[in-house]
Amino acid sequence: MHAVVCIKQVPETTDVRFDPETNTMVREGVSSIINPFDEYAIEEALLTRERFGGKVTVLTMGPPQAAEALRTALAMGADQAVLVTDKAFAGSDTLATSYTLSMAIRKLGPLDLIFCGRQAMDGDTGQVGPGVAHRLGIPQLTYVCKVKKIDWESRRIEVERLLENGVQVVESPLPALLTVVKDINQPRLPSLLRMKRAKQAEIPTWGAIDIGASPSRIGLEGSPTQVIRTFSPPKRTGGQKLTGEPEEVVKELVDKLFASKVI
Amino acid sequence: MPLLEVIKEKCKGCGLCVKACPFGAIEIVNKLAVVKESCTGCGACLDSCKFHALYLREVEKQPKVDVSEYQGVWVFIEHEGPQIAHVSLELLGKGRELADKLSTYLSAMLLGDEISPLVEQLFRFGPDRVHCIEDPILKHYRTGPYVTAASLLVRKYRPELVLAGATTTGRDFASALATELETGLTADCTELDIDPERGLLVQTRPAFGGNIMATILCPHRRPQMATVRPKVMQMPKPVDTKGGEVIRETFDLNEDQILTKIINFIPSTETVNLADAQIIVSGGRGLGAADNFRLIEDLADVLGAAVGASRAAVDAGWISYPHQVGQTGRTVRPRVYFACGISGAIQHQAGMKTSEVIVAINKDPDAPIFDIATYGIVGDLFEIVPLLTQQFKRRLRK
Ligand SMILES: Cc1cc2nc3c(=O)[nH]c(=O)nc-3n(C[C@H](O)[C@H](O)[C@H](O)COP(=O)(O)OP(=O)(O)OC[C@H]3O[C@@H](n4cnc5c(N)ncnc54)[C@H](O)[C@@H]3O)c2cc1C
Ligand SMILES: Cc1cc2nc3c(=O)[nH]c(=O)nc-3n(C[C@H](O)[C@H](O)[C@H](O)COP(=O)(O)OP(=O)(O)OC[C@H]3O[C@@H](n4cnc5c(N)ncnc54)[C@H](O)[C@@H]3O)c2cc1C
Ligand code: SF4
Ligand code: SF4
Repeated sequence: MHAVVCIKQVPETTDVRFDPETNTMVREGVSSIINPFDEYAIEEALLTRERFGGKVTVLTMGPPQAAEALRTALAMGADQAVLVTDKAFAGSDTLATSYTLSMAIRKLGPLDLIFCGRQAMDGDTGQVGPGVAHRLGIPQLTYVCKVKKIDWESRRIEVERLLENGVQVVESPLPALLTVVKDINQPRLPSLLRMKRAKQAEIPTWGAIDIGASPSRIGLEGSPTQVIRTFSPPKRTGGQKLTGEPEEVVKELVDKLFASKVI
Repeated sequence: MPLLEVIKEKCKGCGLCVKACPFGAIEIVNKLAVVKESCTGCGACLDSCKFHALYLREVEKQPKVDVSEYQGVWVFIEHEGPQIAHVSLELLGKGRELADKLSTYLSAMLLGDEISPLVEQLFRFGPDRVHCIEDPILKHYRTGPYVTAASLLVRKYRPELVLAGATTTGRDFASALATELETGLTADCTELDIDPERGLLVQTRPAFGGNIMATILCPHRRPQMATVRPKVMQMPKPVDTKGGEVIRETFDLNEDQILTKIINFIPSTETVNLADAQIIVSGGRGLGAADNFRLIEDLADVLGAAVGASRAAVDAGWISYPHQVGQTGRTVRPRVYFACGISGAIQHQAGMKTSEVIVAINKDPDAPIFDIATYGIVGDLFEIVPLLTQQFKRRLRK
């Protein structure tokens, strides 16, 4: 069994605060982490390997420092890692990202499963996984909350997908791409011992030429969408604070709600 | 070369941009901002510079398609049997406005089996046309056949915009369709408008967990595609049907060409319908214990409201995930939203701040929830909430 996990390095947004005075996003120190959803993807690949044997490859497209994310994944137990990096990839939107990843995956050779996170914490689109699957011409199984069975004889997989109003059970042939949600498992922590080894690990880096990417389909050139402006979210201004004795305040509130006909 | 450019003449070396960059990609060297290779071109810093010294380099792209050949605004209709998803109707409302600005037509793209009753319903929500493919294979949504069918329609009729709901189905569909058509897709838009000069779709969406908003264009490829979360756009009022043009196409796929099979669907037993609730009463960490959700439920009962929660309450195991409101939970837009013992973190706000009226009950006068609340009560929820329940009981019984 060969499983490939696509992971993305993201800034740790929990320590990003919005500073209303300067109208900026303030960061205390810069730390990057593996996109939290991708940890579930790594875990599911590792669980699958533990059940059926084989190997797990982690793959990321990003700047050179994204190698750190790969090392963390190795410390969790992945067998090998590949960093896809090239200045030419800068400015990729999801169309260019999924193209680039799919070219790298082709170079990895035969595989059975691709795991992605449900969405990345920064770009937040959830579009890359389906994009990769479509480019590779394999089924996309999105929002997977459980892998029910894998039958290697018939090479089919059965999964549960978590939808808004329930759980859908679907079956598809392998190879398939799964995007996973948090309910699927509980990711393990990187082990210290492996962490040491991961620090030393050779991580191959592949550029645009190595993966045979066409220059017009990567980076800014290959990205139909353009971010033209960013701004802080419009603030809804606070209204009235009602003060006084609890009984009176509550009565005043109820009066106001009836008066505005919302209740 | 980094994507972010600094106009040296304008830069004062103030360092605001350094703080704004989530990737640590800007340094101040000799009183000048210098962009490092690690810049991802995300644009999060642009607005931080008060001196307009920052801009993102644009690559002059050759148009990939003749954009003038594309016309019409299309909305992907999500449905399960005869039930049309509300978000699709909301998008028809928005689509009408966009189509009028572009002086073009509005169409509903309808894929499914036995769709005639749906067509009639749809016309009540304003489209001029319905483009459809009816086939037993399309009975339930599945990525493969739906994308094949949709790309057939889009390639033939060339709409300039295609909108879909940012639901599990809508995202699954739109991501694959945009890839098939090699065009741009903007996720989770909260605003859509038309640029009056260039006639482009101006798409605004939150990113970085709601900390920044980004405005995105897709200038050179068609169709321009966007997904929009449920409840972000207003539901249009249905009108007496004037009917419209129904354009039917067929496709030939048979079942054994389709890779995925739906085996079963298990509806969730929880009957939390936050998305459609007119009134929502939500509880947060301030409740202190699972048992205390009873207070929230009591108030909700009197008002016929749904029960919501902050992530802190869900993570504590006091209430199940389907109740969670916010960035990683549901987006809601009720007439009234009661936030009880919820601080109002930006991720919570992301899911409820478009509510018509927000009532906040919190003992901390500085809680951020008060910044967006229509009415705020500073006080102990254990005192206020039961009083509210009592008052409403009295007033509603009449
Ligand atoms: C403010 C802002 C708004 C943006 N809005 C859009 C937009 O609306 N449309 C658009 O097309 N692009 C948009 N982008 C660009 C987009 O963020 C990038 O293309 C990014 O490389 C991937 O998208 P994502 O972060 O949304 O990932 P998602 O699609 O949310 O990621 C899903 C999964 O795909 C995998 N994955 C994603 N990226 C990588 C990677 N680099 N390497 C390996 N695996 C990966 C991971 O498994 C991840 O969990 C935006 C960027 C910014 C900064
Ligand atoms: C990536 C990401 C995604 C997230 N997604 C979501 C999301 O979808 N939804 C969400 O809600 N959060 C989300 N969060 C978490 C969010 O940042 C907050 O941690 C969370 O919303 C806090 O919940 P809370 O307001 O209940 O708790 P707290 O922030 O602890 O607030 C409790 C409040 O209760 C008040 N209080 C205490 N006792 C009383 C009393 N007796 N009477 C009245 N008031 C009282 C306190 O003053 C305080 O303001 C997300 C975070 C991250 C990083
Ligand atoms: S915020 Fe503007 S002026 Fe200040 S250092 Fe950055 S680029 Fe220069
Ligand atoms: S564009 Fe993004 S990565 Fe580049 S400097 Fe600005 S904030 Fe940092």
